[in-house]
Amino acid sequence: MLSKKEKKLIAEIWDRLKHVAEHIGSDALLRMFASYPGTKTYFSHLDISPGSEHLLSHGKKIVLAIAEGSKDISQLTVTLAPLQTLHAYQLRIDPTNFKLFSHCMLVSLAVYMGEDFDPVAHAAMDKYLSAFAAVLAEKYR
Amino acid sequence: MVEWTEQERDIINSIFSSLDYEDIGPKALSRCLIVYPWTQRYFGGFGNLYNANAIKSNPMIAAHGIRVLHGLDRAVKNMDNIKATYAELSVLHSEKLHVDPDNFKLLADCLTIVIAAKLGSAFTPEVQATFQKFVAVVVSALGRQYH
Repeated sequence: MLSKKEKKLIAEIWDRLKHVAEHIGSDALLRMFASYPGTKTYFSHLDISPGSEHLLSHGKKIVLAIAEGSKDISQLTVTLAPLQTLHAYQLRIDPTNFKLFSHCMLVSLAVYMGEDFDPVAHAAMDKYLSAFAAVLAEKYR
Repeated sequence: MVEWTEQERDIINSIFSSLDYEDIGPKALSRCLIVYPWTQRYFGGFGNLYNANAIKSNPMIAAHGIRVLHGLDRAVKNMDNIKATYAELSVLHSEKLHVDPDNFKLLADCLTIVIAAKLGSAFTPEVQATFQKFVAVVVSALGRQYH
């Protein structure tokens, strides 16, 4: 459960990170590919080498969606409706992978924010990303 | 038998020799108790864990965090034999402390985040992957003697 304070903190963090969406998003993806090679199977149609156009634009897309959702967390199901359909019927990414990506996103945030990614921010962010992943998988079955 | 390349050994040794255990240990354990509050169930006798600030400044938690890091150090010094090195600790956590082994992964994840925050971009995807391989072996060894 996210408190009002936590929701505000999460929205603030993502608002600040929007302008480095490409950097953060591609970093998280690269970390996921390195630690969990099975996740690469979903990207066989793209060039996911470091710095590639595909990687940067994909990372940006993901971060901007996470940032958008953070603006009004109580409306996640509404905000994510189109992405829910996309993931359920087209992409069909096994939801276990959402956990792997979320973990790598937390690492990217720690690397980027250093000491500012304190335990309170970490807790709030972990909860938000879990909620985001759960909503994303809602239409799977 | 876990196989380690020269590069992986270098990475693990380099990470741990750059860490101040007195700093990182408390940070990792307190973060675990804050991010995953249910882990506090194992620390009933440790005094005030009422909120994040209390946890962060709790001296018993800090001391325990340091002990955990020194325990990890034993794995670093015995990378080819982690399972045997941790056999006794595994029995302790199972028979005496009754810790659900799923919790080992939670602490490992928090340690990863703390080290990432400290090393910054030096904690590259490849370094992270090696570190996560190491903690996965540690976590597995700690859960090995449960029955």
